Amino acid sequence: MRIGILAVQGSFSLHAGILREIGVKPIEVRHVADLKNLAGIIIPGGESTTFRIILDESELGDSLLRELRGGLPAWGTCAGAILLGNASGTSPLGWGLIDIKVIRNGYGRQIDSFVAPLRIKGFEGEFDGVFIRAPRLINAGHSVDVLAEFENDPVMARQENILITAFHPELTGDVRIHSYFVREMCSGSNVTKVKSA
Amino acid sequence: MNDKTLPKPEPVKDSFLLKVGLAEMLKGGVIMDVTNAEQARIAEDTGGVAVMALERVPSDIRKDGGVARMSSIKVLEEIMHTVSIPVMAKVRIGHFMEAEILQELGVDFIDESEVLTPADESNHVYKHDFRVPFVCGCTCLDEALRRIGEGAAMIRTKGEAGTGNVVEAVRHMRQVQSEMRNLTLMRKDELMAEAKRMGAPYEIVLKVAETGKLPVPNFAAGGLATPADAAMMMRLGAETVFVGSGIFKSSDPANRARAIVHATTHYQDAAEVLTASRDLGDAMPGLEIAQIPEEEMLQNRGW
Repeated sequence: MRIGILAVQGSFSLHAGILREIGVKPIEVRHVADLKNLAGIIIPGGESTTFRIILDESELGDSLLRELRGGLPAWGTCAGAILLGNASGTSPLGWGLIDIKVIRNGYGRQIDSFVAPLRIKGFEGEFDGVFIRAPRLINAGHSVDVLAEFENDPVMARQENILITAFHPELTGDVRIHSYFVREMCSGSNVTKVKSA
Repeated sequence: MNDKTLPKPEPVKDSFLLKVGLAEMLKGGVIMDVTNAEQARIAEDTGGVAVMALERVPSDIRKDGGVARMSSIKVLEEIMHTVSIPVMAKVRIGHFMEAEILQELGVDFIDESEVLTPADESNHVYKHDFRVPFVCGCTCLDEALRRIGEGAAMIRTKGEAGTGNVVEAVRHMRQVQSEMRNLTLMRKDELMAEAKRMGAPYEIVLKVAETGKLPVPNFAAGGLATPADAAMMMRLGAETVFVGSGIFKSSDPANRARAIVHATTHYQDAAEVLTASRDLGDAMPGLEIAQIPEEEMLQNRGW
């Protein structure tokens, strides 16, 4: 199974390492052609402004958006969540693919970064949520399944083919959310149909 | 032990993970030196992953001489209010009070930097006591490991700042990479002697010998001025690049910034770096290293 990782900037290597650990081949996505035959894509942590600028200066942004609207399973962590969620005043970049509003740096600056044990729906035990200059997720729509909360705000949520986490599972040794994404969301026959460039 | 004069320890659980975590998020990007809010806006709009806020870029510090210190608070605040990307700022080597002030202000990363005039000729800041992460420069592996031992969450090779000449950045990156490769070839029973020879913490030497890489992200700085410089440093093992004077001392900063960002993302693809290298206007004027008097070499500051 080929799972793409948007590799224009950010924590893509960490995600790739975890995918390899669970026996999945990671594909680094920098060009439209890299979207071919993907069963899903991870949009990693990093800087969302940087992602959008690089995506928008080539065809990659439009092609990726088209695939996501067409049902390509996607998981955004932190900056990735900012791109997938609804835009807000502090975060004008969201594509609105999951009905949840995103406040960039909504938990404060780096000195406010924290680790919190999370209870995730359907998971045994706790999951260490590493929040780094994390976005705050608010106003989840009715079609959104909130999978984890911290202090009454969603921090992990899913709507159909789109999963977002405000925290960084790629910074922990815990592979469970990667496994969940691959097993529960990417195992259908829903592969991308991008023509090779 | 009387620690009254040292920063008050504020141990936070998982503090180091959070510090290194932010450094991880900056990988594959370009960190740009800026001296005011307007430049910071340009840096963010052209795809910079973070800005390094300082009063004068290194080439001006080199030209003007005098004591170079932490930036003015007012400029830092303006920059922090202007951009949503992380804001870094420099303190003088060993100046823990400047560092405490910047932590209090809420900057996202502190660079204990040889570009500023050192405040302590013997000691660097004890960085484990801070909640804010630090980046420190190095010219070789043992210097990098000493800084990590003190709590640096990111290392950057020093290069020679403010020259527009990449040769020292290349020398330092090759040096660090080759020393790491050598460590991986050593027998376990040789590593204590090697740590002694290096003057580096044994536990960190062991870790590098096992993994072949630093336990924190390794970025490149000092003299980068073109998209090709950035891509070359990435190919030599840098995980992100700092561009100091190279952007805002060029004839067309916004275009050059965008081009360097593009080349850093696509560093493995010469066709993309070619695209990024077109129509950039003039790079900053460069300085031949041999023309710089030994006592003005910034890379010799710190140890």
